Amino acid sequence: MITIEVNGKAIQAEAGEMLLAALNRAGIEVPTLCNMEGLPATGACRMCVCEVEGQRALVPACAFPIADGMKVKTHSQRVIEARRTILELLLANHPTDCFYCERNGSCKLQHLSVELGVRSHRYTGAKDNRPIDESSPAIVRDSSKCILCGRCVRVCENIQTVSCLDYIRRGSKAFIGNAFNEGMNVASCIACGQCVAACPTGALTGKNDIGKVVAALKDPNLHVVVQHAPAVSVSLGEEFGLPLGTDVMGMLHAALRKVGFDAVFDTSFSADLTIMEEATELVSRVTNGGVLPMFTSCSPGWIKFIETFYPEMLPHVSSCKSPQGMLGAVIKSCYAEKVGIEPKKIFSVSIMPCTAKKFEAARPELGRDGYQDVDAVLTTREAAQLFKMFGIDLGKLEPEAADSPFGERSTAGKLFGASGGVMEAAVRTAYYLITGENLKELKLEALRGLEGWGKEAHLDINGLKVGVAVVNSLGNARRIIEMIKKGELKDIQFIEVMTCPGGCINGGGQPYGATVERVTARMKKLYDLDATESLRLSHENKELQRLYDEYLGKPNSEKAHHLLHTHYHERTPLT
Amino acid sequence: MEQVKPLDTEFLSWALGDTSNLTPQQAQKLSILRREDVVKPTFYVGTGTCGLGAGAGETLEAVKTFVKENNLDADIVEVGCVGLCAVEPIVDVQLPGKNRIAFQQMTKDVTPAVLDAIVNKGEIVADHVMGQYRDEKTAAWDGVIFIDEHPFFAPQTRWVLANCGLMDPGSLEEYIARGGYRALKKTLANKVSPDDICKEVLESGLRGRGGGGFPAGRKWMFARANEETHRYLICNADEGDPGAFMDRAVIEGDPHRLLEGMALAAYAIGAQKAYIYIRAEYPLAIARLRVAIAEAKANNLLGDNILGSDFSLEMVIKMGAGAFVCGEETALIHSIEGKRGMPRPRPPFPAVSGLFGYPTIINNVETLANVASIVDKGAKWFNAIGTEGSKGTKVFALSGKVNRTGLVEVAMGTTIRDVIFSIGGGIANGKAYKAVQIGGPSGGCIPESHIDIEIDYESLKTVGAIMGSGGLVVMDEDNCMVDVAKFFMDFIQRESCGKCTPCREGTRRMLEILNRITRSDRNESEQDTLERFQSVVHMEKLGQIIQDTSLCALGQTAPNPVLSTIRWFRDEYEAHIFDRKCPAKVCSELLKFEIIADKCKGCTLCAKNCPVGAITGTVKQPHVIDPEKCISCGLCMSNCRFDAILKK
Repeated sequence: MITIEVNGKAIQAEAGEMLLAALNRAGIEVPTLCNMEGLPATGACRMCVCEVEGQRALVPACAFPIADGMKVKTHSQRVIEARRTILELLLANHPTDCFYCERNGSCKLQHLSVELGVRSHRYTGAKDNRPIDESSPAIVRDSSKCILCGRCVRVCENIQTVSCLDYIRRGSKAFIGNAFNEGMNVASCIACGQCVAACPTGALTGKNDIGKVVAALKDPNLHVVVQHAPAVSVSLGEEFGLPLGTDVMGMLHAALRKVGFDAVFDTSFSADLTIMEEATELVSRVTNGGVLPMFTSCSPGWIKFIETFYPEMLPHVSSCKSPQGMLGAVIKSCYAEKVGIEPKKIFSVSIMPCTAKKFEAARPELGRDGYQDVDAVLTTREAAQLFKMFGIDLGKLEPEAADSPFGERSTAGKLFGASGGVMEAAVRTAYYLITGENLKELKLEALRGLEGWGKEAHLDINGLKVGVAVVNSLGNARRIIEMIKKGELKDIQFIEVMTCPGGCINGGGQPYGATVERVTARMKKLYDLDATESLRLSHENKELQRLYDEYLGKPNSEKAHHLLHTHYHERTPLT
Repeated sequence: MEQVKPLDTEFLSWALGDTSNLTPQQAQKLSILRREDVVKPTFYVGTGTCGLGAGAGETLEAVKTFVKENNLDADIVEVGCVGLCAVEPIVDVQLPGKNRIAFQQMTKDVTPAVLDAIVNKGEIVADHVMGQYRDEKTAAWDGVIFIDEHPFFAPQTRWVLANCGLMDPGSLEEYIARGGYRALKKTLANKVSPDDICKEVLESGLRGRGGGGFPAGRKWMFARANEETHRYLICNADEGDPGAFMDRAVIEGDPHRLLEGMALAAYAIGAQKAYIYIRAEYPLAIARLRVAIAEAKANNLLGDNILGSDFSLEMVIKMGAGAFVCGEETALIHSIEGKRGMPRPRPPFPAVSGLFGYPTIINNVETLANVASIVDKGAKWFNAIGTEGSKGTKVFALSGKVNRTGLVEVAMGTTIRDVIFSIGGGIANGKAYKAVQIGGPSGGCIPESHIDIEIDYESLKTVGAIMGSGGLVVMDEDNCMVDVAKFFMDFIQRESCGKCTPCREGTRRMLEILNRITRSDRNESEQDTLERFQSVVHMEKLGQIIQDTSLCALGQTAPNPVLSTIRWFRDEYEAHIFDRKCPAKVCSELLKFEIIADKCKGCTLCAKNCPVGAITGTVKQPHVIDPEKCISCGLCMSNCRFDAILKK
């Protein structure tokens, strides 16, 4: 540790770390629009400029390494004037119709203009007026709101290794776009929405489907059902000011009924269903010499990624639909029969932490007889918006249970919300399928947590050696695929891949402003539920057993295959 | 890669060694290669890009035709640019026993007559004489000025340009005969330590000629200090300033000088691979480099185990697409790496972490072209000329409103006045000097009051200018300084990479402010007027903040042309802003046109051509311009045959 002087006071810092990190630790707020924790600084926005003694010009705190004895001024007149001017320059090329912007209230540009007291238009002139790209089913790109901070470019390139966004053209004509400035729908975009989460303004947003859902709720001829994904109930509370890591499952059920849904189901139920199918598929691949290692298939961004970048690896992907896909299918088949409503008169909504689920729901494979299994997907953010529109304060509702026949869930299914959770749930059931007994220690500590690029565990199931691995974010998925292609990881049979860093709890559809603290709290809640509830095994879910007994038969049966499994295909971007 | 036949190894061994004790045959061989005397008529045609632009391609054909038609046994040599671009095409004639004589403005039409006169009649066509080269061994032409007394050449110190325009840039032998590759041979044969080369260069006082002015030797030592031994050298030949063509001329005229300098620099820093990053718009320079690299490789002057030593160097030409920002070193590195050419924050400096993450030294063409002479002749030879802090010479591309435009090389410490008025021959067309823009879009202008300033890195900064890479654009009384600032601002806001906010957004606003004050207020709304005044108030402050907060040197220097012109020509700005007039009569929208009744013959031509019908009048009667309708396009003035239109 070395000592530097900031605004006349000594603070401790690590030699070589960036000034901004030391300032943040010392509780000194310096604004930034482009900095991203964990990624190398690009120094693009210049909002964090500070005065450092001996430096001719101002330096960006995000990209300036600490040196012993450094003297820094973070809020001198010179610095404040510079920051305000930079902000004003950004505003001079930014639409001023904030009322109509999705990020109204959560926009960093807006916050900064309040903080820095921008009150007049000192710089005026031409504004870039670029068309809005609404071609993607998941993401909307409004370049005129873009401030070219480059955060989306970096998350897409460095974290996801998809690189579908980049700078185009030079100088004042520069903008962010896809290759050849084509639409997001034909670009290599995998719809994960991490760019949306990274965007400080309204330049990248999720596609808004609230209108579709409200219209369906209003239609007396439609039976509107809804399902909610495991990660939603542990993050939705944040939008209503509840403490981090609150599980609002019961209140969510109540809220959904209040806005008028006819039946409320839990996607964690179909996560249990997924486990039955997937674990059975794994056991079959292992015992019958199938293609191994097998990848999970519940994360739609990952599916589009492997279809686009590694189509030759598709035989490794489990044929199971995702929990959303499975529940969607049984709602419009089994449930439709049960309640005696024609599938086309059922409007199926799902609430997901994910933008890619919008893309998944639109896949032609996920539907039959001319209708889609899921008609509309709302993100966690949209769900919060919907409830607020209907005057619902989530925290004040009495908890209610979900509806039968798809309302019960094990905590194994709930674990799907966090990276490593699918694997933990699958191992519990696979062990049972092979041995006929349950694991004594259900917790697989080695697969939990946010640290490291990948995790693995090795089990001995009655002499059968099974190796499992877990990765999240697609950069890490790429890394593990490359290892497999090189012939490494021979002792791994099953790999869980989640598209977003940390899993669905940090999905692209989650409340804006995800931090490590928030994501950790969401993850902790999922594991707390698993530690405290009694139904912890997918195969012990009674409603699930009934579904097999009354409708599907056995896991991987012909009917199960017809409804619960799917296929994939190679994708070529820009075609 | 070009196929090249290696030179005679024996020739290489003695020609690269000590040449003080040569046999008469060896001495004669060198003399022939240096073309001190010729055995048959020799014609040298300057076919650099500048010469070709003036028609040297056709001149070359005319020379060939002349030789053929006269059944001459003659040599025709294509050479680079000798520097005096104003009088291109240039053809030198060297007859056996006589001094080499240079003819200027040798278009294809005049070439046969001039050549016929000298070759067949021994006569000199005086109109086309540029001068003769002094040589003790051959006879002088009577009444012909010597090049070393020519006003353009006499004040110059030509070190980097020593061979340009004189020798065949495609001939390794000629470069060797003029002392080339001797420094490299000496270094490798004597196993001079790389540290000593760095020290020598540091001691010489050689500073970066690309504009930054950082001591080259110190930069090299940073790379050497790095534990990582895999290192790169990059030659920055991404010359992008408007009006700059120094690097192009050096490469086209003397490519081996650059290669030898690079080999020595790579040896000094311990690089195994060197890149030449050159803009694709320089096809001739690239072609010459390709030939030179192939020749050097074929003769073991590049490649593996150079001259039998354990030093190896791979040389790669990397073509850039002509983005101005790629001259910035971190953007240049990204471009070579195949990424978008965008600068990144420094530190880490490239000397620590550069190309592909390895220590990298980037020097510009002129810097590297100085290295071989320093190593050959020593630091003391180099730093004997120049000023306290700026040693050696500097090459400038002199252009604009000056009589003799061209490529000049002067000792540091020479005054700007000498360059413009002695070498450049003063302002063209008898006009008055107004300013010179030095350092391109990053530089500033120097007004009459400071024209006696010495060329020196530090002193130029005191007047708000910079040394820059060598662009000198001379402006006279007909240039509007607001218009000049606007030109550079437009250039910068287009060439900014777009990454950092102040440079991307700030420069476009500065351009808009300049556009507002040079635009007519005829159809201006009240809001527009308010914005015009308001923005002017903020312009200087905005410029300072762009300087203070931009990521790279492009942005940090982007406002310089504006701030510099405001500093020296505030009255011109005020005339635009308050009086809404352009004193130099350049900003057309601010001009008012009137018809001088005494001169107008009533021919109606102006009225017929006026695009907005602002001119009325009857035939043979003086016409009148309606100032409310006039859009100041100037068509009436260009159409009037009687000088009856007044512009004010």
